[in-house]
Amino acid sequence: MTVSLPYALAVWRRNASMYARTWKLNLLPNFFEPVFYLMAIGVGVGAYIDQMGGMSYVEFLAPGLICVAAMNGASFEVTYNIYVRMEFENVYDAMLTTPCQPTDVLAGEILWAVTRATIYGGTFYLVVALYGLAPLPGSLLALFVVPLTGLLFAMIGVASTLRVPTMDFFSFYFTLFLTPLFLFSDVFFPIEERLGGAWLIVAEALPLLHPVRLARACFAGDLGWVSLWDLVYVCGLSFGLFVWVRGAIGRRLTS
Amino acid sequence: MTLRGVTKRFGERLAVDGVDLDVPAGSCFGLLGPNGAGKTTTLRMVYGVTRPTGGEVQVFGIDVSREPRTVRARLGVTLQENALIEPLSPEDNLRIFGRYHLLAEPELGRRVEDLMSFLELESHAGVPVRNLSGGYQRRLSIAMSLMNRPELLILDEPTTGLDPAVRQALWARIRELQSNGTTILLTTHYMDEAERLCDRVAVFAEGRVESQGAPRELIERHLAAEALEVECDAAGERVVLDGNEVRRMRAGNRLIVYVDDAAPFLERAHRIGSARPIVRPTNLEDVFLAITGTRIEEADQ
Repeated sequence: MTVSLPYALAVWRRNASMYARTWKLNLLPNFFEPVFYLMAIGVGVGAYIDQMGGMSYVEFLAPGLICVAAMNGASFEVTYNIYVRMEFENVYDAMLTTPCQPTDVLAGEILWAVTRATIYGGTFYLVVALYGLAPLPGSLLALFVVPLTGLLFAMIGVASTLRVPTMDFFSFYFTLFLTPLFLFSDVFFPIEERLGGAWLIVAEALPLLHPVRLARACFAGDLGWVSLWDLVYVCGLSFGLFVWVRGAIGRRLTS
Repeated sequence: MTLRGVTKRFGERLAVDGVDLDVPAGSCFGLLGPNGAGKTTTLRMVYGVTRPTGGEVQVFGIDVSREPRTVRARLGVTLQENALIEPLSPEDNLRIFGRYHLLAEPELGRRVEDLMSFLELESHAGVPVRNLSGGYQRRLSIAMSLMNRPELLILDEPTTGLDPAVRQALWARIRELQSNGTTILLTTHYMDEAERLCDRVAVFAEGRVESQGAPRELIERHLAAEALEVECDAAGERVVLDGNEVRRMRAGNRLIVYVDDAAPFLERAHRIGSARPIVRPTNLEDVFLAITGTRIEEADQ
């Protein structure tokens, strides 16, 4: 079944209008979170670190944290929120009484998760720019990495949501999957300097590593073959998961 | 709408077993039966979210599993459980739902206004849905299913749990829709609702249609014209029946006897001093119990 954009947009719009009602309340934590991270880790811990990856620590940290914000924004949306809409609020049951198809619902939800990720990551970027840590014009390219990060984690999250037996499993998803990604994906330290040999290849499997490396290359104006590989990884994995999830959501929502 | 030999299997369980139904355009058709008899699954196959394991479902002459989008654009569904956005007002709920049908302003606004007035929701237009009574929430759910001006309206237990006044009001709306040419397909546990609204009904039991026809016709087909209800034990029952082999049902101490002329039975009931004997015309509820009754007794144990 193909996706129909108008129906997907109607699904997107439902979420957007819900968000619009409380956007000020929603946006505020998005704004403070980066400030705290940049202050505590970037400026605080950074004071004891001369350099990392050839730049000041706070400079090293900023692009990665933007990606983390995008990852978190998308992840909450496609795990807890989708599960609640699916299992408790009967939202999709109602949508499927209209010409909307499961694939439209999926596309609308993914689109919304990407939007949400872009709002999170974009806000973070703004704070970083206000700090004077976003060199122009290079860092603007990183703004394209934000929705891509959102897309990747929306796809990973939806795929998981369609498999969890109960909502309690999401705490595993966050603590055993997203938290280690957050800690070991080049955000806080350059992973290639800490790992050797085969481990480096294993590390390439970490999904967050690629957007972080890509965003940092954009900030540094240092795009190369590795950046291309990062881009291919992010787009390729997203697409692959979409193909699987497209079938799975049909099986889940219809019977 | 036509169902031909429709079957749905969930793993080992046969939820719907070879159902044939014909619902002519403009009529009101009721699906009756105990919980788990396959009514909701049948409805879901009609609007195409459940795919039949076997058989064919045609709506508007179109095979639903081939063209679900086309079919669903022309029908509306009120789900058994309301699916409303609780923090939003009825108006916003309608507006969002209308967009799933790709309605846009100004047409969307016009329809929202019409439906608010048709289901008498205006007085609560701006109230968050979570603060509305069950009756108003149900009205809103029905309003949502009318957003696309459906030719076929599917109602899954439209008035369950509502007070008598709200039920009357909703019946009036449903009849009005039918008189304007909308085909209605509903499920209900209320036999009075079915008798009042439906031209034809089908009684489901364990996934099969046990009997179908006009409510009156079903009563005549299955049971005698009068029902006598008496309280008595087995010895009293023998006296009341007086050797007559008649259709009867028992629930605890209460005995219901179906006969064409209840007078002699009533007289004997008085003779044994049975408490509060009642004679009344046989109704659809009796037919329902006669068809599904033994299973209800099993469920009680």
